[in-house]
Amino acid sequence: MSNEVKIEPLIEIKDLYKVFGKKPASVMPMVREGLSKDDILAQTGHTVGLKAINLDVYKGEIFVIMGLSGSGKSTLIRHFNRLIDPTEGQILVEGTDVMKLNTKELETFRRKKMAMVFQRFGLMPHRNVQDNVAYGLSVQGVDKATRVDKANKWLETVGLAGYEKQYPSQLSGGQQQRVGLARALCTDAEILLMDEAFSALDPLIRSEMQDQLVELQKELNKTIIFITHDLDEALRIGDRIAILKDGDLIQLGEPVDILLNPADDYVEAFVKDVNRARALTVDTVMKPPAYRLTAETIGEALKEMRQNSADYAYYMTEEGFQGVVCEKALESAAEDNAAAPMDEFKVEEMSVLSPDAPLESIIPATMKSDFPMPVVDDDGDLQGLLSREDLAEVLSDFYKDEKDEVVTESKTD
Amino acid sequence: MADSWLSKFPKMDRADLLEIRKSLDGAFRDFSREYGDEIESFFSPLLDFLIWFEKLLVQSPWWAVLIVITAMVYLASRSWKLSLGVVVSFLLIGYFGMWEDTMRTLSIITVCTLLAIILGVPIGIFMARSDRTQSAVTPILDVMQTMPAFVYLIPVVMLLGIGKVPGVIAVVIYAIPPVIRLTNLGIRLVDKEVLEAATAYGANKMQRLLGVQLPLAAPTIMAGINQTIMMALGMVVIASMIGVKGLGQPVLKSITNQYFTLGLFNGLAIVALAIIFDRASQAYAKRSQKHLQDGHNV
Repeated sequence: MSNEVKIEPLIEIKDLYKVFGKKPASVMPMVREGLSKDDILAQTGHTVGLKAINLDVYKGEIFVIMGLSGSGKSTLIRHFNRLIDPTEGQILVEGTDVMKLNTKELETFRRKKMAMVFQRFGLMPHRNVQDNVAYGLSVQGVDKATRVDKANKWLETVGLAGYEKQYPSQLSGGQQQRVGLARALCTDAEILLMDEAFSALDPLIRSEMQDQLVELQKELNKTIIFITHDLDEALRIGDRIAILKDGDLIQLGEPVDILLNPADDYVEAFVKDVNRARALTVDTVMKPPAYRLTAETIGEALKEMRQNSADYAYYMTEEGFQGVVCEKALESAAEDNAAAPMDEFKVEEMSVLSPDAPLESIIPATMKSDFPMPVVDDDGDLQGLLSREDLAEVLSDFYKDEKDEVVTESKTD
Repeated sequence: MADSWLSKFPKMDRADLLEIRKSLDGAFRDFSREYGDEIESFFSPLLDFLIWFEKLLVQSPWWAVLIVITAMVYLASRSWKLSLGVVVSFLLIGYFGMWEDTMRTLSIITVCTLLAIILGVPIGIFMARSDRTQSAVTPILDVMQTMPAFVYLIPVVMLLGIGKVPGVIAVVIYAIPPVIRLTNLGIRLVDKEVLEAATAYGANKMQRLLGVQLPLAAPTIMAGINQTIMMALGMVVIASMIGVKGLGQPVLKSITNQYFTLGLFNGLAIVALAIIFDRASQAYAKRSQKHLQDGHNV
């Protein structure tokens, strides 16, 4: 992510407000003053949908907008392609102000730039699966042969080859949403808007679809804006997550930020129920490696270790991580021949962790190991260390509560 | 004392009432004298078509008409039973000497139904587009449906005289409300998310109407058309009072002369037509909406 900072955002939402009611503009001063949603509703009968939303979406990321029902997430996603017009604010897509498009330009924009997947699928019951998938193309006036070709290709991609002539009502929920996904992919739009796309599916199918989406995303590198009320889902597929509450954007960050540094009680309450062992990967909790042993002879190695006053070290060569070296073993080897090259010393081999493995999968190995587990990437570089204490800290809520107590104690003092 | 407004309703002066009637009637009479010819010539293509269509049905050999009607019913419904019913009932109608009247009624009902659809569906679409149009049109439809047909026969006859065209106008006024109402309703009931999907993929107004709204509203619109046909058939007897030939006239004659059997036969012929229209149009609607029925035949 860090190297993407310089890249221009693909979509920018600037200072977006949405008020529902008869005369939204008249209520705007009150909204800006910061009156609460309930007060404004009681005084004016207007509902505040969104207030002061600012966010950027970058090319190629899966941007998740999360919130409970009524938080304004579905309203927000409908602003991206202007199914809903904002009361105030700007929506820029590749620098173009979407608000300034006229009807014709808006239609072209919707045809070419964005495709949408809906919670209850939004399939046309009177068209068969093939025609549903090709709908975007038929709106654009693409000829029939091309439409059929492309539709069949995408149906195959989502695993529905052979269902071309079926009607949506003949398919299961999961299959219908695959059709919805194929329809969105069929227009080749670079931005996918997914409005609670998997929420109506049962859990098994849902996780299957999530995997499929992540898999597809690796291949297609679309920009996906994904709405969900399910934090597990958000953490699982999101590159970045925005959390909405009552029309406010309360936190925006990478999944780890949200999990480990919730912005307020609301987010924390969400995070509490998340299975961290599944949501977090090794690289998010590992500590940087304190010390790498790179000496060429046994004597030098011993010297290096003593300098660092360590009783064990991870030995690295140009070929990458080799294993763990114990001070005692090194000492006895040095007594024999301190000038011997390290190659001759029998390095204790050790299993390593992959940085993107979920914590869940590495708990047994880490708990058994006496040393912190080395985290080694595909190139053989030592990326960090994971001790069982660190792992236990992250996984237990006890640690958190303890920290909170310390803070309150120091305050009362 | 007896004339107090408490004991007797304070009604308008008889002379004033008379004046109102006179001026309204006079104004309408002047209007019909002034524009009657123009209105008549406006409707003359309709009259030509009516005459041509009636001649076609009446003068073609009976077996040819029967074959065509049966074929159409079969194509619409794909049901042998219904087609057989059509053949039997038309044979009976012919055998009892009502063939010509039935053909006349059939022709006028067909024209009325087509007119009602051509006018009613677009009006229904406009009603569905805006709540304001809906609240303006709904009371008019209420009046059209509840105002006794005889009342609006009067101005129509004053304008156009007695004959086919005023008959058609009267029938259409009476029969058009269901198709308008149900077109409006059907479009309003279209799944919001499906319509939203169409919009999200860049469909314009026309593409949304023809590609989503009308096809999805079709079952409801078909129900409206069905109702319209039934109501048009119900108007046949009343329309015969202003000179529309067909099954209504013998019925009218049997009322005035107390010919029970004549009335019954012609009434039954109307019923037969109604049932055939109803079953055929419903079967067609059902067949064309097959995909809307739930079913896992995977």
